Amino acid sequence: MQTAVFFAIAAIAVASALGLIVRRNPIHGALFLVVNLGSVAAIYLMLNAQFLAAAQVIIYAGAIMVLFVFAIMVLIPGKEETGPDPLRPFRLVAIPFGAFLLVEILLMLVVRPAPPREPPGAEGGAEAIGRLLFTDYLFPFELTSVLLLAALVGVLALAKRKA
Amino acid sequence: MGLQAYLLLAAAVFAIGLFGVLTRRNAVGILLGIELMLNAVNINLVAFSRFNGDLAGMVFALFTIAITVAEVAVGLAIVIVIFRVRKTVEADRLDLLKG
Repeated sequence: MQTAVFFAIAAIAVASALGLIVRRNPIHGALFLVVNLGSVAAIYLMLNAQFLAAAQVIIYAGAIMVLFVFAIMVLIPGKEETGPDPLRPFRLVAIPFGAFLLVEILLMLVVRPAPPREPPGAEGGAEAIGRLLFTDYLFPFELTSVLLLAALVGVLALAKRKA
Repeated sequence: MGLQAYLLLAAAVFAIGLFGVLTRRNAVGILLGIELMLNAVNINLVAFSRFNGDLAGMVFALFTIAITVAEVAVGLAIVIVIFRVRKTVEADRLDLLKG
């Protein structure tokens, strides 16, 4: 049962990621990214990371995607990306490198023994995460708030029209 | 599910995101690809955290999400400023620093 659910969610995640790449229209890409973020939140739930799943939906699918859609609507870049790609010859170089990486991954899967299947009980609820965040990781937590403030000031300085 | 399955999923999503970053010519599309890559990294962090029984990975995933928010906000602001000045968001035509 769990395996079937995992494969369904993984298929949705990979398919939406591919959709993001294939569709040239950025607004379609943003909507595919919402699907991808939702499936990743489901993956977090399967990994017992309930708090992260909630944070993923609220912050990513809520805040970031609104920002993206807003920017795309303002910029209207729908008519961009036309004409031949000037970098097309370089794509041929990607084929041997990609094949090499694929062989490497397959080799790892065959040679390495499987890690333990039964995970130990690590519960990622809000209480456990919060306790860790305000004890062991208090300094990085405060640094993050400084970073967010810096980003806020920077964005305001960038977006302000010249006086 | 084993740890390997999660790592493979993360690797696939990361590779797709990297392909998007390298091939998209729209600056907003490049930012979307970066989002995919950061998400794949988060899957890795949470999977390792779960299978090692250590919550530190989940805390770091939380930090990654916070940093991503800052990155997207600054990135989109830069793209909007570029569009205002150059009237395009096509990455190939933004070659002002090219020698």
